[in-house]
Amino acid sequence: MTRLRQGYGAQAGGQGARALAKQVADGATTAVAACEAHLDRIMAVEPSIGAFITVVAERALDRARSLDAARARGEALGPLHGVPVALKDNICTAGVPTTASSKILRGFVPPYDATVVQRLEAAGAIIVGKTNLDEFAMGSSTENSSLGPTKNPWDVTRTPGGSSGGSAAAGAARMVSLALGSDTGGSIRQPAALCGVVGLKPTYGRVSRYGLMAFASSLDQIGPFALSAEDAGVMFQAIGGHDTHDATSSSEPMPDVLPALTGEVRGLRVGVPRAFLGEGVAAVVSSAFDEALQVLSARGAVLVDVDLPHAGFGIPVYYLIATAEASSNLARYDGVRYGHRAPLGNRLRQRYGGPPKREDAKAEDDELREMYERTRSEGFGAEVKRRIMLGTYVLSAGYYDAYYLKAQQVRTLLRRDYEHAFETVDVVATPTTPTPAFKLGEKTSDPIQMYLNDIFTVSANLTGLPAISVPCGFSPERLPIGFQLTGRMFDETTLLRAADAYQRDTSFHTEAPTPFGVPKPS
Amino acid sequence: MGLVSTLTQQDVKRIAALARLDLTPDELDLFTRQLGDILTYVEQIRTLDTSGVPPTSHVLNRPVDRDDVPQPALSRADLLRNAPDAAPEAGLFKVPRVIG
Repeated sequence: MTRLRQGYGAQAGGQGARALAKQVADGATTAVAACEAHLDRIMAVEPSIGAFITVVAERALDRARSLDAARARGEALGPLHGVPVALKDNICTAGVPTTASSKILRGFVPPYDATVVQRLEAAGAIIVGKTNLDEFAMGSSTENSSLGPTKNPWDVTRTPGGSSGGSAAAGAARMVSLALGSDTGGSIRQPAALCGVVGLKPTYGRVSRYGLMAFASSLDQIGPFALSAEDAGVMFQAIGGHDTHDATSSSEPMPDVLPALTGEVRGLRVGVPRAFLGEGVAAVVSSAFDEALQVLSARGAVLVDVDLPHAGFGIPVYYLIATAEASSNLARYDGVRYGHRAPLGNRLRQRYGGPPKREDAKAEDDELREMYERTRSEGFGAEVKRRIMLGTYVLSAGYYDAYYLKAQQVRTLLRRDYEHAFETVDVVATPTTPTPAFKLGEKTSDPIQMYLNDIFTVSANLTGLPAISVPCGFSPERLPIGFQLTGRMFDETTLLRAADAYQRDTSFHTEAPTPFGVPKPS
Repeated sequence: MGLVSTLTQQDVKRIAALARLDLTPDELDLFTRQLGDILTYVEQIRTLDTSGVPPTSHVLNRPVDRDDVPQPALSRADLLRNAPDAAPEAGLFKVPRVIG
């Protein structure tokens, strides 16, 4: 068992979730041994990467011991029995601090588990920790975390992407083989591409949002990060499906994913919106994308030109709708019931030079309002404030029609573009991001430059369609590149089947960054 | 690409007050400029013809009802545990004075 543990210490997450679950089920290893190996890996690698906000080693080992005992009693084992997983820190875990990487939730301990947490544990998974993110999931680089950015394991001077950068990096560095993220404008798929792992955003309504700290309620979805499409499918199977706690969750029955991963893509019609793919896309990304299309084509997929005339407006539409919804969702962070509450009094007046003068203010009824203002000003970072204010503005009287309503109408036009495309194709293919991973600090001074990272990802959130990012190559600097497939509503199966077929002919997804890499067998 | 935003610092102060945010002078400068840039950038959607196009507020538009039957909920103790200031014996959160 010690020898196995040493082997795992280098590999940990590297062997994949399904393979590990089988080893535990067969008795080749134990949940405790696997958990210890993953925790060793996390300890070894974390100082360089910073993927985790909280690691729950004791809780994880206790769980592992119970799982081993359950197996010894002959109980039926779930599909993820003994597999360590990491969760983005905007997903509530009962008794485990959950902060959305915001100062405003420092010390907050949820009294309940998100539905996805309950489902993963019911499947036998072991939660090892909570991962870093851009504050309240607002960002594309994890640089908006109040705790500092996570580093990209492929190049620690670069960002892992965002907002689920911690989960993506944890997978890339093989600290875990499975992680959960959330995706509102690309926050699973973009970091997946920049970190060389698979990332799936399910159809809107497919996975319960109960226990996900809301950013934009009509766009948010929780989804898996994995090292292979197959493993992403296993995690998706475990977490998806209707939930009575989430009124926006769909009653559409979950498919049986694994049997559908046949490797068969003959006749699959892949739409390529060429007009949308030109400007701003790095040459190295374009060529990796074209090569990915050739791999699918060689397996019998049919490439079809499609047109998405409104896709180029996705970013402005997204930043109007998402910020409007966020301004409402983040109103709850007011210092009343949880999280940070600003102390009041003269001490603060001295520091801030006094509250802004309001003509109608009475001295004695300022206190609550002042508490709200101080709490939120102290607790939120700059990007969160920007988005709250933008959202407040576009919803305010006199501006609602010109901005918010207009954006919702363009959202309809975008949905129609995709509906029309799906008359002739089964999936739409694009690069996931316009460039590989960028340097820390490179885009932080210009919000719009940062927003443009999402150009290919926001459409899936605005339309509700499922989309997956799949590793498809590397830049000359060994930075990962991903391609994205978008499918029809509730057709994650086709996405996973195509991705899995692609991965039978390529090995990009098996490569790991060194010195964090899995030693290749000689 | 058309309209440039004319967002002023007064506008930003008004928005901040609505959002219960208290900006420092440096933040006011920075955000006025950045929000102005973002609004200029999003103006491009105004060029699109959306006459007769219904807005999409939600991609799954169907009614969701359940019977009006109480379900188990979290306990008061659970709900008060994270409170910055509370009177747990009374089951209340405590806040600064509201009425003058």
